[in-house]
Amino acid sequence: MPSKLVQETMRTRRLPHIWCPGCGHGILMRDVCQAIYNVGLPKERVAIVSGIGCSSRAAGYMNYNTLHTTHGRAIAFATGIKMARPELHVIVVTGDGDAAAIGGNHLIHACRRNIDMTVVIFNNNIYGMTGGQYSPTTPTGEKGTTAPYGNIDGDFDLPKLSEAAGATYTARGDCFHVPQMIRLIENGIRHKGFSVIEGVSICPTYYGRKNKKGSAVDMMHWQEQNCIDIKKAAKMEPAELEGKVLLGEFSRVEGRPEYVEEYDKIIHIAGGDR
Amino acid sequence: MAEKQKRFQLLQGNEACVEGALAAGMRFFAGYPITPSTEIAERSAVRLPQVGGKFMQMEDEIASIAAALGASVAGTKSMTATSGPGFSLKQENIGYATIAEIPIVIVDVMRSGPSTGLPTSPSQGDVMQAKWGTHGDHPVIAICPCSVQDTFNQTVRAFNLAERFRTPVILLMDEIVGHMREGCEIIPPDELEIHNRNTHMINSMPYAFGEGQYVPHMTSFGDGHLYNITGLFHDEAGFPTNDNQIAGEENDRIMKKIQIYKYSGILDYEEYQMEDADIGIVCYGGTTRAVREAVDEARDMGYNVGMFRPVTLWPFPEYELVSRARQLRRLIVVEHNYGQVLLTVEGIIKGDTKVEFIGKVNGTAISPTEIIKKIEEGDE
Repeated sequence: MPSKLVQETMRTRRLPHIWCPGCGHGILMRDVCQAIYNVGLPKERVAIVSGIGCSSRAAGYMNYNTLHTTHGRAIAFATGIKMARPELHVIVVTGDGDAAAIGGNHLIHACRRNIDMTVVIFNNNIYGMTGGQYSPTTPTGEKGTTAPYGNIDGDFDLPKLSEAAGATYTARGDCFHVPQMIRLIENGIRHKGFSVIEGVSICPTYYGRKNKKGSAVDMMHWQEQNCIDIKKAAKMEPAELEGKVLLGEFSRVEGRPEYVEEYDKIIHIAGGDR
Repeated sequence: MAEKQKRFQLLQGNEACVEGALAAGMRFFAGYPITPSTEIAERSAVRLPQVGGKFMQMEDEIASIAAALGASVAGTKSMTATSGPGFSLKQENIGYATIAEIPIVIVDVMRSGPSTGLPTSPSQGDVMQAKWGTHGDHPVIAICPCSVQDTFNQTVRAFNLAERFRTPVILLMDEIVGHMREGCEIIPPDELEIHNRNTHMINSMPYAFGEGQYVPHMTSFGDGHLYNITGLFHDEAGFPTNDNQIAGEENDRIMKKIQIYKYSGILDYEEYQMEDADIGIVCYGGTTRAVREAVDEARDMGYNVGMFRPVTLWPFPEYELVSRARQLRRLIVVEHNYGQVLLTVEGIIKGDTKVEFIGKVNGTAISPTEIIKKIEEGDE
């Protein structure tokens, strides 16, 4: 029997989902639904937009206005929705490859515009849907099917990238620390402007197996021990933080002009509101 | 202050395209600068906020069509415009619009190519790209205006077809039509036939369609029906499926809807002096004016020449041309490429009519003199 939240916010007829056993994406999808529920948004006022990849299958299971688009383009589609219907709360569900590789350009430019939208990046550090190729967030040195001798590319820090590009709310959670992840998404939804929340997922099937990370349970334990809240991290020595992943709210800028509101001023100047 | 538009204006084809789009109800445009279509973005930037609409200059061509599709999903008539290289970049999302059945108008002002080519010179090299540019099997509607007024009128028609049939419509302009200046009548919406999509959802299923119908209705995001849109093959609820029967039926329906409604407003063509012609000239878009002049001059010289102009290029008016060809000795295809419409014409014209070709790809326009020369040579 699905929980009340699942019944309330998901298309239960379409479950179970297609993700592999042990995948972290189901937890993150539930977190997004819980956050929307907690903020109290009416379902018909929520648009979920996704691209292509494991993460992007989430949209179909979520019982809102859902748009499953092309690879990398979710944020650009979402921009059109927000401009056409500003009353909609637009939430983009995307992945590390979708948002930061093929869709990287759209991510940074949406940050720059500060359009009111919440982007949740399910980061499993790999291209899962295509069978385990290295992504822009695969740590340097680790393996994928297309990095059989180890990845020599540098990896992105997604919140830092987004903050530098102009996003006015950036944060990172993971799929182990569930209450924190929900809270971070809630804050992103409430924030007026462009919000980016990275959700560190686990991919035991491809990333885990290629890099000898153990079972799904082992990978969850790894998150428990190595994903550190930034407040706690502030009291730790640099040596202790080696190899750790920082969680929490990294930046929040209030009062920077929001894109749709700025465009409304253009309409006023041009006389289109008369 | 919103300026009231004068009814008669001296406009470029590109500007007339924007006025036609506004008259048809466009309220969102997203684009990226590219010659020779940039004036469409520029005029949209001026005009849309004057009527309460929105213009966005996006970070690239792909984002432009994506944003326009997003706005359309939210219930706003939307357009994007580009030229050759940008048209290539938009192709994937044209296919998305086809399978997800999202109305949109995509303008391609053709320029000389391939690659960067001759950006400011005329060409008609994207005719086959318009038809086959996106991957997979799919139908397409492409419309080709030949003058400034025609651009206004055909842009209105492009929006109407997109809305009626839930499909992307390509307005295939070329540099000649986009940049020529002529008087244009800006016909107000209340004097035009304007179609809007049917927003009444059938059986609460977004991709259900009525008995004998081929087009599902489309409610907008935010109107209360929660449903899924995807580029995967999907069931009536819009949810992805791997069921081969459902996938096959959906593909068939999307192909058929354009064929079935071909004679319900999709097809359009123009004939000039064809009644008694024994030599026919097929042309479209920017070559039309030269052909019309050549027809007049050749008639003065004693040749029975006429012009057949497909206005809707895809689907092609095959039956209409074949019927006409029965009276023709010769059929000359005139286009600014190496023979893209020629391929189609050769494929459909069987029998005694000889098919000939004038093509030009050096960035200069085909002149009436060149056409007359061809007419004379063939009859020597």
